[in-house]
Amino acid sequence: MDFSLSAEHESFRRVVRQFAEAEIAPNSEEWDRTHEFPTATVLAMGDLGLFGLIFPEEYGGAGADFLTLCIAIEEIARVDSSLAITLEAGVGLGANPILQYGTAEQKDRWLPDLVAGRRLAGFGLTEPDAGSDAGATATRAELDGDEWVINGAKSFITNSGTEITSLVSITARTGPEEISTIIIPAATEGFVVEPGYRKMGWRASDTHGLLFEDCRVPAENLLGDRGRGFHQFLEILDGGRVALAAMSVGVAQGCLDHSLAYAKERKQFGRPIGANQAIAFKIADMQVAIDAARLLTYRAAWLKDQGREFRQAAATAKLFASEAAVDATRQATQIFGGYGFMDESPVSRFYRDAKVLEIGEGTSEIQRMVIARALGL
Amino acid sequence: MKIAVCVKQIPDPATPYELDSENHFVVRPDDQVLDDTDRYGVEMGLQLAEATDGEVVLVSMSPANNLQGIRQALAMGADKAIVIDDEALRGSGALVTARVLAAAIEREGADLVIAGTESTDGYVGVVPQMLAELLGMPAMTFARKAELTDGTIRIERQTSGGYDVVEAPLPALVTATSGSVEPRYPTFKGIMGAKQKPIEQPSCAELGVESVGSAGSGQEIVEVRPAPERTAGVKIQDEGDAHTEIIKLLEQAKVI
Ligand SMILES: Cc1cc2nc3c(=O)[nH]c(=O)nc-3n(C[C@H](O)[C@H](O)[C@H](O)COP(=O)(O)OP(=O)(O)OC[C@H]3O[C@@H](n4cnc5c(N)ncnc54)[C@H](O)[C@@H]3O)c2cc1C
Repeated sequence: MDFSLSAEHESFRRVVRQFAEAEIAPNSEEWDRTHEFPTATVLAMGDLGLFGLIFPEEYGGAGADFLTLCIAIEEIARVDSSLAITLEAGVGLGANPILQYGTAEQKDRWLPDLVAGRRLAGFGLTEPDAGSDAGATATRAELDGDEWVINGAKSFITNSGTEITSLVSITARTGPEEISTIIIPAATEGFVVEPGYRKMGWRASDTHGLLFEDCRVPAENLLGDRGRGFHQFLEILDGGRVALAAMSVGVAQGCLDHSLAYAKERKQFGRPIGANQAIAFKIADMQVAIDAARLLTYRAAWLKDQGREFRQAAATAKLFASEAAVDATRQATQIFGGYGFMDESPVSRFYRDAKVLEIGEGTSEIQRMVIARALGL
Repeated sequence: MKIAVCVKQIPDPATPYELDSENHFVVRPDDQVLDDTDRYGVEMGLQLAEATDGEVVLVSMSPANNLQGIRQALAMGADKAIVIDDEALRGSGALVTARVLAAAIEREGADLVIAGTESTDGYVGVVPQMLAELLGMPAMTFARKAELTDGTIRIERQTSGGYDVVEAPLPALVTATSGSVEPRYPTFKGIMGAKQKPIEQPSCAELGVESVGSAGSGQEIVEVRPAPERTAGVKIQDEGDAHTEIIKLLEQAKVI
């Protein structure tokens, strides 16, 4: 058993860290404050090849394994959750379904721009009345000649309304007992992108409610087989959970790095606060949780890369890592004292950004359900 | 168009440097990084090569170790590397470095040589000029911009007050200032591709360079002392006239 990453993975981690620290970190506070989606920086992440890592070279990708994507997401999340989720959702939820289920024509049409990071895609599963119970989709798509006519609403859809969004794939009911996935190109008539939400965290990421009002798209926009929508989104979420676990590891690591530096530098009672066990032990616990979360995440990524069953491993990694991240942000804010409560401090942003990690792509409760079910309960 | 770019691997500046207690040389860990100032030279080389359908060859005299720093530059897009790491070179000074680099570049043949202005570990800052002299090329130093047209290189040479425009026929040597170009980040594809790129490691004998190392340099490091601690700065209490005090200090320091 060998736990080391390859020299290339390590080099790549260093590059992404350097990029994140130089191009993202100095602006994160401002983007968070202004709720600005930083298009230019997302495009720069595209130039770095981050959106194309796991895609085949024929579409301009790097043909890398899923672990490589996890490393990239982790390093971006170490400084900025908004950009990490933009990457995570752009690849895992946006472009990946096209690669997995698309026809040759669909892949040729959509993938090159998504892989290059010139355009972004979203995945619309959640609805006002179908969240954890995503199979309760009420959005309907009916065939009218050679067009789908779509009516319904989606909630909280990441990357759905940026100026570079090219499409959103949505799940819709195409029959009484039938869910299918359909590609909705941006700016299609009847596809309404509602104004962005006011969010507690991930403020520089793009999240909208979507409305479909007699929205018509060509019949060939069906993604994958008709009636396979439920199965498809379960599969997509499995991969997404590993990526979200990686994001959680990055958030926790960012907390640790900030906390460690601050614990050494901040002096009270004539000595660094880190000289007190009460503070040092918090940081030690953070380190333990990060180690465990990272190992679970890399194991899940490895299983996926091996083509092995990884549903339970993904749920385990996502559950543990997201809760570890939330704990780490809470402790980091405590270590920073009053400064940690101020909006300018990175740990206060981390604290607000982390909570949704326990909610998105399946809540902690849903992960526990997946695990319990795998255990036969 | 063949462009030779001189680069150096150095211990990561983010980690504390250690000196060998006997010979005072910097202890080189296995993992070294590409000197940050060299990223500008590499980028300038890549841009000029892309504009001319040319080729970028890295030339480095530095302990090879695991070649990680060199691979960083290859991952940016350079085509191949020549790394001279010979036991005999230990303790070489700037002139020996220039002689070794010149021999490697002469053997390889280059229309343009690009270097950084100085290395971050040694800070001697004279190797490029010596190298130009040895190669019989004009030394076009401190370029904040470089352009190639029909066998002529034209640079904007950074000066304290602005810049001079300097032109020379090829072959020539250019040093790139930090900030002259925006170095690209290596992509994962670039990193994977760098594994396959050729890295030659000729010895001094193969390059025909003799009398190198401490002896060949005619120099020896006899003692190393830590830099003096910084003394406390001047504190100005603002009673409405702090700006005039600051201006006075700046004038004394001849920065305004
Ligand atoms: C910022 C953000 C971005 C998002 N991006 C996307 C996106 O791009 N695409 C997309 O489709 N969705 C997206 N979502 C939606 C997200 O996936 C859902 O919010 C999530 O799945 C939970 O659904 P819900 O909000 O409806 O909560 P609910 O399902 O209503 O859950 C409420 C609570 O009840 C619990 N609960 C529900 N059912 C059970 C049960 N059977 N047993 C025990 N507890 C239960 C939940 O765990 C939770 O604690 C995003 C959400 C946010 C906040």
